[in-house]
Amino acid sequence: MKQVNLKVNGIPVTVDAGTRILDAARKVGVNIPTLCYLKDVTNQGSCRMCVVEVVGAKNLVTSCFATVREGMEVLTNTPKVLASRKTTLELILSNHDQKCLSCVRSTNCELQKLALEYGCDSYKYQGEKNHYEIDDSNPYLIRDNNKCILCRRCVAVCDKIQSVNAIGANNRGFKTEIGSVFGHKLNETGCVACGQCIKVCPVGALYEKDDTDRVMKAILDPDKFVIVGTAPAVRVGVGEEFGYPIGTDVQGKMVTACRRLGFDKVFDVNMTADLTIMEEGNELISRLGDKNAKLPMITSCSPGWINFIETFYPDLLDHLSTCKSPQQMFGAVMKTYYAEKFGIDPAKMVVVTVMPCTAKKTEVLREHHKASGYPDVDITITTREFARLLKRHSIDLRNLEESEFDDPIGTGSSAGNLFGTTGGVMEAALRTVAAVVNGRNLDKLDFKKVRGMDGIREATVKLDNGVTVNVAVAHSLSNARKLMDEIRAGKSKYQFIEVMACPGGCLNGGGQPIVPSEVLNNVDVKALRAKAIYDKDKKAEIRQCHENPVMKTLYKDYFGKPNSHKAHEVLHTTYSAQHKL
Amino acid sequence: MSNQFKDTPQQKKQLDKVFEELKDVPGSLMKAMQKAQDIYGYLPIEIMQRIATACKCPVEEVYGIATFYAQFNIEPMGKYKVGICLGTACYVKGSGVILEKVKERLHIEPGHTSDDMMFTLEATRCIGCCGLAPVLTVNGEVHGNLVPEDLDAIFAKLNA
Repeated sequence: MKQVNLKVNGIPVTVDAGTRILDAARKVGVNIPTLCYLKDVTNQGSCRMCVVEVVGAKNLVTSCFATVREGMEVLTNTPKVLASRKTTLELILSNHDQKCLSCVRSTNCELQKLALEYGCDSYKYQGEKNHYEIDDSNPYLIRDNNKCILCRRCVAVCDKIQSVNAIGANNRGFKTEIGSVFGHKLNETGCVACGQCIKVCPVGALYEKDDTDRVMKAILDPDKFVIVGTAPAVRVGVGEEFGYPIGTDVQGKMVTACRRLGFDKVFDVNMTADLTIMEEGNELISRLGDKNAKLPMITSCSPGWINFIETFYPDLLDHLSTCKSPQQMFGAVMKTYYAEKFGIDPAKMVVVTVMPCTAKKTEVLREHHKASGYPDVDITITTREFARLLKRHSIDLRNLEESEFDDPIGTGSSAGNLFGTTGGVMEAALRTVAAVVNGRNLDKLDFKKVRGMDGIREATVKLDNGVTVNVAVAHSLSNARKLMDEIRAGKSKYQFIEVMACPGGCLNGGGQPIVPSEVLNNVDVKALRAKAIYDKDKKAEIRQCHENPVMKTLYKDYFGKPNSHKAHEVLHTTYSAQHKL
Repeated sequence: MSNQFKDTPQQKKQLDKVFEELKDVPGSLMKAMQKAQDIYGYLPIEIMQRIATACKCPVEEVYGIATFYAQFNIEPMGKYKVGICLGTACYVKGSGVILEKVKERLHIEPGHTSDDMMFTLEATRCIGCCGLAPVLTVNGEVHGNLVPEDLDAIFAKLNA
C-alpha cells in the first residue's frame, strides 16, 4: 500500500493512502469529535462535527469523509474550526427537544457531552421546531424523533449491517424525518426488534421500552414467587454501567445484586443454554440420519433472527431448529418441572429474565410459548434496564461481594455460557454432538475456526460414524441473508448453521450497555466482551453442556431423553410467516 | 390514499415493460419511478413495492426518494393540478397571500388532493414566468399578474 505523509496539528504522521483524515489524526492521538461517523457503519458526513482546517483549502473539510494527501497539513483545533462546530451544535440544539433531565440517555448522550465541551448556549437560536408523534407501537423500543439529530446511524445499521431497511430518511430539508414507508409505525414494518439502532443512536431518540416497574411490582407482591434468570452475555456487559472496563466478567456480583433486588431465586439461563444444546444437538443428529430431513438446520436462539426469517424467508422456516431459545426453555422448565418439584403454583410464579436483547421482548409474547398454560417468561428486561434498576435501588456492583447462583437448577456449563458470543452455540453444539455420536468426549474442545468476528465463518467436523458435518456461523442479519440466499438457490453446502442477529452475537445485543462512538471507533468492544466469555470457558470445570449434572437430573426426573414427547411439549416450538411491509 | 388504488391490466403491462427495459440498466431506480408515475399519475405503496422488487432495493429507499423530490406524487392527483409559484419574484409580489386564499377555497394543504379528486394543490418553485408575477397555473396554463380577487373567475370556470 502506498504511504502518505502528512502533519496533524504539526505532528508528522505516515498512513496508508486512502486513510480518512480522522483516522490519521487518531494515529497520533488527536481526537476529532463526531456525531454521525461510526466505524464500519457510516461515514456520510452529515453532522459536520468532524470539520477540520486543511492548509490551502478554502473551506473546512469533513475529516470522516475526506482522505489524506501527501504533504497535507491538517489543523483540528483552530478558532475557525471550534466556532464552526459550536454553531453546528447550537443549530442542532435549536431543533432538539431538550428534556435532558428526564432523558434516558442523559450523561451518556454524545450531543450533551459535546454541547458541554463546546460551551454551547442551548437556546441561542430560537425558531421553528419540529413536533413529532412518538412511535411506541411495538413492545421493544420507542422512537422519539423530537430528539433525533438526523445523523442517520440507525438508518445505516438497519440497512448495511442488518439488511432489514425498516427505516430511512424521508421528506426533505427541515421536514426530513427518520421513519418508515408512508409514515407507518415500526410494528407495521419488517423491523425485527434487534435494537441495533438503539445502540448507535448518539442521543435519546431511540430507547428500549422500560419494563423495570413491572419487575418491581412482581417482587413487591407477597403472593408472587419471582425467579430471575440471567443470560450469558449480561455478565460481561453490565459491569460497564458501573465503571468496570469493557470485557469484565461480573457474574458473582451480578448474582448478589439480583438477590438484593429481592428476587426469590436467582438462576443462570446458561442452564437452559445447555438444555438447548441437548435438544438441538440431538435434533441435528437425527436430521443428519434422515434422508428426508431439511438441511442445513439453523439455530433458533436469537429472536431477532427468528423475526427476520419469518419476515423475509418464510419459505425456509423448516430449516429452523424447533428448539425454543434458552430464555423460553428457562421459563418453561421453571413453570413445569421446577414448579411441580417444589409445589409452587405456576399461576403465582413470575419468571423474569435479564437479557442483552430487545427482541426478547417480542419473544416472550409469542403464541404457544405457554408450556405450563401460563406464559413461559413473564417479563424480560435488557442489561441496561437491569443496571437502571440497580442504580434506582442504590445497588452499586462495585460494593458487592460475589455469590453463586441458586442450586440445584441454577447453574450452567461454560459451553452454555458461550451462547453469549457469535460462534458460541456452534462450538457448544459441536462439543456435545461429537461426544454423543463418538461415544466419548473430544480430545480438544476448542473450535478455533468458529471463533472470531469475521461475518461468516465455516468449519468441517468429521464424526466417528463417518459423517462429515459442514457448519457455518453468521452474525448480523446481512450475513445471515447471504447464507439464506444460498439455501433458497439450492447451493448451500452446510448441514448446520448458527445465526445471531446482532453483530458479535448477544454480547453486542440491542439491550447491552451503550458504548459511545468515540470508544466504538477506537476499541473492538465485541472482541473484548468475547474474550471474557472465552476466558471463562478456558478456566471452567464443566465445559460441555451434556456434562452439566442438572441435565442428567432433568432428563432422569422429567424429560426422559432429548427430543422425547415431553421435551417437545415443553421445550420446542413452531414458526409462522410474518406478513409485514 | 393508497386504499383507492386500482390497477388496470393495461397499466400493469406498461409497467412490466418499463421494468423489462430497465432491468440491466444500473442506477435506474429514479427512471423507473418517473415512468411509473407517468403511467399511474402518482406512486402508491403498491407500485413502490413493485418498483422495489424490480430494482432490487428496499421499498423504504423508494419512499425516501419519492418524498425527497418534489416531482413525485405519493397521493393520487386531482382533475385539476393547481400550482402556485413561490419563487422569489412571485413571492414578493404576493403569491403567499394567493396560496392562503386557494388553501381556504379548496380546504387542502399544498401537496394534497381534495376529497372529490377535483383539485391537487401545489406550491411550486420558480416556473420562469417572473414577468407575470404572481402566477398560478391550472394544468400548466398560466394565469399571471394575479390579485386575490381574480381567483373567483378562475375557479368559476373550473366549477368550484
